[in-house]
Amino acid sequence: MSYLSVLGLGAGAGQDVGRSCILVSIAGKNVMLDCGMHMGYNDDRRFPDFSYITQNGRLTDFLDCVIISHFHLDHCGALPYFSEMVGYDGPIYMTHPTKAICPILLEDYRKITVDKKGETNFFTSQMIKDCMKKVVAVHLHQTVQVDEELEIKAYYAGHVLGAAMFQIKVGCESVVYTGDYNMTPDRHLGAAWVDKCRPDLLITESTYATTIRDSKRCRERDFLKKVHETVERGGKVLIPVFALGRAQELCILLETFWERMNLKAPIYFSTGLTEKANHYYKLFITWTNQKIRKTFVQRNMFEFKHIKAFDRAFADNPGPMVVFATPGMLHAGQSLQIFRKWAGNEKNMVIMPGYCVQGTVGHKILSGQRKLEMEGRQILEVKMQVEYMSFSAHADAKGIMQLIRQAEPRNVLLVHGEAKKMEFLKQKIEQEFHVNCYMPANGETTTIFTNPSIPVDISLGLLKRETAIGLVPDVKKPKLMHGTLLMKDNSFRLVSPEQALKELGLTEHQLRFTCRVHIQDPRKEHETVLRVYNHLKGVLKDYSVQHLPDGSITVESILIQATAHSEDQGTKVLLVSWTYQDEELGSYLTALLKKGLPQSST
Amino acid sequence: LFQYCLSGHPTLPCNVLKFKSTTIMLDCGLDMTSTLNFLPLPLVQSPRLSRLPGWVLKDGSTFLDKELKECSGHVFVDSVPEFCLPETELLDLSTVDVILISNYHCMMALPYITEYTGFTGTVYATEPTVQIGRLLMEELVNSIERVPKAQSASMWKNKEVQRLLPAPLKDAVEVSMWRKCYTMPEVNAALSKIQLVGYSQKIELFGAVQVTPLSSGYALGSSNWIIQSHYEKVSYVSGSSLLTTHPQPMDQASLKNSDVLILTGLTQIPTANPDGMVGEFCSNLAMTVRNGGNVLVPCYPSGVIYDLLECLYQYIDSAGLSNVPFYFISPVANSSLEFSQIFAEWLCHNKQTKVYLPEPPFPHAELIQTNKLKHYPSIHGDFSNDFKQPCVVFTGHPSLRFGDVVHFMELWGKSSLNTVIFTEPDFSYLDALAPYQPLAMKCVYCPIDTRLNFIQVSKLLKEVQPLHVVCPEQYTQPPPTQSHRTDLMIDCQPPPMSYRRAEVLTLPYKRRYEKIEIMPDVS
Repeated sequence: MSYLSVLGLGAGAGQDVGRSCILVSIAGKNVMLDCGMHMGYNDDRRFPDFSYITQNGRLTDFLDCVIISHFHLDHCGALPYFSEMVGYDGPIYMTHPTKAICPILLEDYRKITVDKKGETNFFTSQMIKDCMKKVVAVHLHQTVQVDEELEIKAYYAGHVLGAAMFQIKVGCESVVYTGDYNMTPDRHLGAAWVDKCRPDLLITESTYATTIRDSKRCRERDFLKKVHETVERGGKVLIPVFALGRAQELCILLETFWERMNLKAPIYFSTGLTEKANHYYKLFITWTNQKIRKTFVQRNMFEFKHIKAFDRAFADNPGPMVVFATPGMLHAGQSLQIFRKWAGNEKNMVIMPGYCVQGTVGHKILSGQRKLEMEGRQILEVKMQVEYMSFSAHADAKGIMQLIRQAEPRNVLLVHGEAKKMEFLKQKIEQEFHVNCYMPANGETTTIFTNPSIPVDISLGLLKRETAIGLVPDVKKPKLMHGTLLMKDNSFRLVSPEQALKELGLTEHQLRFTCRVHIQDPRKEHETVLRVYNHLKGVLKDYSVQHLPDGSITVESILIQATAHSEDQGTKVLLVSWTYQDEELGSYLTALLKKGLPQSST
Repeated sequence: LFQYCLSGHPTLPCNVLKFKSTTIMLDCGLDMTSTLNFLPLPLVQSPRLSRLPGWVLKDGSTFLDKELKECSGHVFVDSVPEFCLPETELLDLSTVDVILISNYHCMMALPYITEYTGFTGTVYATEPTVQIGRLLMEELVNSIERVPKAQSASMWKNKEVQRLLPAPLKDAVEVSMWRKCYTMPEVNAALSKIQLVGYSQKIELFGAVQVTPLSSGYALGSSNWIIQSHYEKVSYVSGSSLLTTHPQPMDQASLKNSDVLILTGLTQIPTANPDGMVGEFCSNLAMTVRNGGNVLVPCYPSGVIYDLLECLYQYIDSAGLSNVPFYFISPVANSSLEFSQIFAEWLCHNKQTKVYLPEPPFPHAELIQTNKLKHYPSIHGDFSNDFKQPCVVFTGHPSLRFGDVVHFMELWGKSSLNTVIFTEPDFSYLDALAPYQPLAMKCVYCPIDTRLNFIQVSKLLKEVQPLHVVCPEQYTQPPPTQSHRTDLMIDCQPPPMSYRRAEVLTLPYKRRYEKIEIMPDVS
């Protein structure tokens, strides 16, 4: 019996959609899954508490590798802090697009925190660069051998460009970690997929644990209607987004709508990241959905006609406009600035297209707060309309169930969700799939027992000999096989008894069973023998039954001899003798003979 | 463990491996050298070609003069060009379970196999291999279908007749098996049977065998394959390169500990150094243009052309060629240039780093932006309006038998100012030029073949130490034209097992153990 354990780090992943950072121990290997930052905090609590991993000793010695599922900061934001400030020099794995985009978002965030808010004790640009040097990029489905025993494999996750799920495997034991994923293809990405890899444990996000979201089309129509109405009445629409991800999907949506309706109101996209972001999508187009990939030579979906770069001065321009601004949770930067300018006018609208963590302005206005306390004790009154539209590409309950069906895990562990919703999903999973489902709290270690099969080398000679014996192999019937298990030099081998004896220098001892069966038969001994012979031959059609010159019968290697009873000549004694190896056939024969001989035989 | 050898062409292999009751086809290359026996297909009526005299037998009989034409002492078949297929009779191809493709040049026979033999299995290839392979097939089908030819010659194929023909027609093998080009619907059907794989992905076949593609460094997405069970390992090395060009470097370490290593796709020009050839290419190109001539580069729409464009990008300003237009003409020119930019994960480290910036990995994006390189689907349409001379034209097909290149050969062949530069190594340039003789145009031969040469092979074999090496017979002796060059053959211990077309080899291996799993409660 062996086990694997899972530990959610700090006020992180488990039961709070704050950040992801999970430690998995599997067959003696320690793997850290994601290294996220909590956007709702501005102090120490923003990073995971890595002292949970090991109190003494270096992280590099303790961790075998780190895996980053995608470029969102709640999954990779603490990486430079972890590798450069706490200190980790081992390998960090992520996909190519994540490796390309991750440092840009980190640098962007660093600038907001350090340059704008003037915080110290934060990682530097150089640290981001040094950290990225430790990153090894992986292909989808590539099996990466981290060391001789530990291997990892990435699967497409859909959520954002380059997002991946990871399988972590040591010997026969495995864990699949989903990161964030999306089971329905959207306007720019495909759906997540994993093969039937039957992991011992599936660690899945559960952001939308209870939601079965209405059809995507409806949500899109709703979104376009709201934007259109606001623009028609001369209002301004603010859409806080992250530079990469949902932004591109919504841009494609608005671009086609503007084209179709021949609208004139300007659409802007803030920050210098825009063009760069779209460029990433163009160069990593193989990670987008089928339709975009197929048509990119004729028309690249990421070259927008109606969407222009935003300048800070535009915010004060009169008349309607639509502005995409970063960051997505209104916690800092340009989106917050524009929000402050426009919040006072009821004609305007802010549309939150994704989830906001607790503590952010986005979360506050979504939970109905209309008076916000800003920095410097200023009170901001929100008169503009606040709309929430879930466009963030997480799997809903249906999607999570679908993934479980695909992977067929033996255990499921829910992370990255809210406790109440997770409880509901947990029950549903246990009911439908009859597997254990866990939802650990922060800092709680979950231990899962596994029952791995033991790989054994079988000698080919033995295998061929054993399959050749007796009947033609029938796949539907189990078959007995005799062999000797040798445990030598830390490996298991199954060999023939003769070979084992030879290798170990032992002499063979034979164990024979002998059994006497009494039959009533007044005839002479050799006639009884003949009757027995004919009977057995009739019943055991597939075995070799032989009548030997010395008067005995053999069935395969089992010997049968008949003698008259010393006291009662009408009773014949059948001596049945077989070796331990033929136990099955031997006991079958004795039972058969005990029933007596059929009357009609002559 | 058996190997059925269906192709005798060392760089366009097609082998079938029977391994633990699975039947695995390794590549299905299409030998296109057969097309050299045919007359070119001109895009516009060529008076010269239509005036060629019919061929007359020595005894004066003229019954073949409709099918065979003579040009400068060579005889050509006047018919739709045909290709030499891999052997289809050696074993029942409908029993093939999987086909493993190593690079886009080695999949050109795929539609013949998947659509005509009752094949029901799966094909495995990397994404760039499939996308670029599709482009190559599209170009091939397009350039043949766009010039419909009424005549389909078959009389000359009669064994009795073929015996009377001059070389090389007389010696052509299996002419009865030569086939016309497939169609686009067949290409699409064949490609739909492909399952995409990534480098180092382990693919289980029926739980018995595991196959894994490895980077081979030769072309975008090109791979070598490991075919293994728990105790046997066969490495299939096909079209590999150790030079630093655009693709991801070759993965050599994973080839170690093989029981058998099948070695195909070595360089076809073992005596030429690719770097030197690129230099010669540039200087010949510059010289011709400076003298007011045009340069024609017959090429495939993908592969070495990316490297040539990159060299020219660095070269043209210093050589004072900034105002010379470069044209790339192919029905798939635009797609090829676009596709080359989106396979970041399959490129060498330098190019990957560029994508992270994010910048396009190949500088031809800039050549297009600055209007130095223009691409057109064909010589018809926009091209005829934009066409300015002197210029440099990249176009296909390298055999000079079909495609837009035929037009430029006819157009520029009469002037000694112009130059045709051969860079693709697949066809003998003299044979390619034969139906255009007499020719005034200059011909330069700069074959660029980045695949392994014999020095690199022996280093590789020393490094990975396979127990046995299997290779085409051509590699076990010096080239016929340079019989004294004993360095131009594979040298290893034990000596390699060689194969030729239509042979079946029994590969040596001995396994003593098999892997099983026992349930924990049994132990």
